[in-house]
Amino acid sequence: MQQAHSNRVHAPWDKDIAIACIRAHRDREGPLLPILHALQEEFGYIDEAAELLIAEALNISRAEVHGVVTFYHDFRRRPAGRHVLKLCRAEACQAAGGDVLASHAEARLGVAMGNTSADGGVSLEPVYCLGLCATAPSAMLDGRPVGRLDQERLDALLTEARQ
Amino acid sequence: MTLRLFISRDAAAIAVGAEEVTAAIRAAAARQNVAVEIVRTGSRGLYWLEPMVEASTPGGRVAYGPVAPRDAEDLLGALIGGGFHALRLGPTEEIPWLKRQTRLTFARCGLVDPRSLDDYRAHAGAKGLERALALGPAAIVEEVAQSGLRGRGGAGFPTGVKWRTAAQIEAPQKYIVCNADEGDSGTFADRMIMEGDPFVLIEGMVIASIAVGATKGYVYIRSEYPHAAAAMEAAIAAARRSGLLGSRIAGSSFAFDMEVRVGAGAYVCGEETSLLDSLEGKRGQVRVKPPLPAHKGLFGRPTVINNVLSFASVPIILDRGGAFYRDFGMGSSRGTMPIQLAGNIKHGGLFETAFGITLGELVEDIGSGTRSGRPVRAVQVGGPLGAYFPRTLFDTPFDYEAFAARDGLIGHGGVVVFDDTVDMAKQARFAMEFCAFESCGKCTPCRVGSTRGMEVIDRIVRGENRAANTALLEDLCNTMKFGSLCALGGFTPYPVMSALNYFPEDFGAPSRLQAAE
Ligand SMILES: Cc1cc2nc3c(=O)[nH]c(=O)nc-3n(C[C@H](O)[C@H](O)[C@H](O)COP(=O)(O)O)c2cc1C
Ligand code: SF4
Ligand code: FES
Repeated sequence: MQQAHSNRVHAPWDKDIAIACIRAHRDREGPLLPILHALQEEFGYIDEAAELLIAEALNISRAEVHGVVTFYHDFRRRPAGRHVLKLCRAEACQAAGGDVLASHAEARLGVAMGNTSADGGVSLEPVYCLGLCATAPSAMLDGRPVGRLDQERLDALLTEARQ
Repeated sequence: MTLRLFISRDAAAIAVGAEEVTAAIRAAAARQNVAVEIVRTGSRGLYWLEPMVEASTPGGRVAYGPVAPRDAEDLLGALIGGGFHALRLGPTEEIPWLKRQTRLTFARCGLVDPRSLDDYRAHAGAKGLERALALGPAAIVEEVAQSGLRGRGGAGFPTGVKWRTAAQIEAPQKYIVCNADEGDSGTFADRMIMEGDPFVLIEGMVIASIAVGATKGYVYIRSEYPHAAAAMEAAIAAARRSGLLGSRIAGSSFAFDMEVRVGAGAYVCGEETSLLDSLEGKRGQVRVKPPLPAHKGLFGRPTVINNVLSFASVPIILDRGGAFYRDFGMGSSRGTMPIQLAGNIKHGGLFETAFGITLGELVEDIGSGTRSGRPVRAVQVGGPLGAYFPRTLFDTPFDYEAFAARDGLIGHGGVVVFDDTVDMAKQARFAMEFCAFESCGKCTPCRVGSTRGMEVIDRIVRGENRAANTALLEDLCNTMKFGSLCALGGFTPYPVMSALNYFPEDFGAPSRLQAAE
């Protein structure tokens, strides 16, 4: 399954693995997004070197691949922290006190939203709705959804993420 | 005797501990030496009661909730001994919040095992397809047209008309695409269907494929929904195994297969043409219309693209008839709408009901006001592009035209409640910020105007040339409204202007109350 950020340890960049990822999807209709998801699932980000490999495999220009990679918020250009904590910043979560929690997470990790803590442990990222809006505020830690967030539950998540 | 229990595996139930509760009940059962069978269902949508545990009894299911892992031991004791438990909610179907609903699209959600096609069939599943096969393509389209079903993704375009257009074109290949991008804050109905009753979506898409002569389908699911994607993958595999998908659908001469594609975190990819470009592997930029997707859609082929709820409403329309569905609702909003109550609300969740219910009933009566206990101040309806309504507009009936007449929209049916601590200037600024962040970049009013909008709102709030800057903001909103290609730039003025008009005091203007004094 294609999943944005699963809880797995990523492999270091490897050209042969990348080529295998590309091969696995190149014959599908509209193969580019499935390929990019597969690469990110494997390595945790899209290495610049992958752009040329994809361009060659799909017979499109490298600029086109680059344009796609940079268009979508999901695709990372460099590795994320060991854990990814996404905090929902959209309206239903704002209404339920999400803003205060976001500031609290930033203060505890010592980074602004969208960055990775200095020890490389946690990437703190904004997300705009997780579909958990009736049990807001919401978060997702490495693909695991968390609802009814309050300071105590957030602190527990931060502790878990820093291990 | 084996005790049969039902616990939701929907992402929102998991988010509040459904996995932990399930594990605790299994552990308690092992300790107490009780045989239990736990069926993992979708959610009933009464989210303040999740994790909810339902037990099968001779008189039907009985619900308990919200259950915490520490309740497992006690709960099991009560279930076995027939004793009372403080979390007992009574027979599930008798819970007033559920009983008051008209569940057509969501008839099975929370009831069935979403991984079991047998369970689906045992609960009237696949009957729409059976009738569709008997009717044939042209009559299917007419049945859907007669139902009055309008697209549930937001724009409210008549589904039958869309299908008829695609059906009339000859082409070697046509596509059915399901828009499961569900990016609007405050909405989760698509997710609930995919996680709780995925076969109804598959059935709806299969019926569409027969109606228009398409052989290939895609469900484009946002990446924020990994559980929904997994549930759809499993359901598609099961449907293939049983011949519901494949070269001879249900033994007929029709062929159709489908697959899941996952988005990549771009809100604008919910816009149908941007979604098609994204499926093709391009940047998700909005296309100029015409051509309509029904003429030239995915890979330039005729394509029916509908929202999850639109497709999921089709099986019951075919099964019970267009007239049955059409009998619910008001004006030209026919049938039922799965409304999603969210944000700062006491009783949040999925409330499916006929069109016509008022906003006030939804928020105060059904939602029971705010979870914080403070007064409701503003309600945003229809996602990030929807207007903020003050209490004075609570008499607005849930109906496409009634909301449009008040410069609002029902969109995908999300209702987000805010209490009196909300800062409406901040909300207006956020609407602009979101537009700037998500703009596909094709039109200047959207791409640049949204950033300007943030700056102008900041100046108004700081009290710099308030009158002139307010006029500038109104101007800017008009430019965005009329100069944008799609509703991202075109509708962002709704939340902004409604905030400014109904809550001027938050922008530093003297409040209406003060002015009246
Ligand atoms: C910025 C933007 C975002 C949209 N997001 C969604 C979405 O997430 N899901 C959806 O079904 N429709 C969305 N729409 C509406 C679609 O463009 C389109 O109207 C819909 O997919 C048609 O299906 P329907 O007729 O069944 O509603 C969006 C539109 C815009 C302008
Ligand atoms: S309004 Fe915005 S999102 Fe829509 S097409 Fe124009 S630039 Fe793209
Ligand atoms: S707005 Fe935060 S989960 Fe939907």
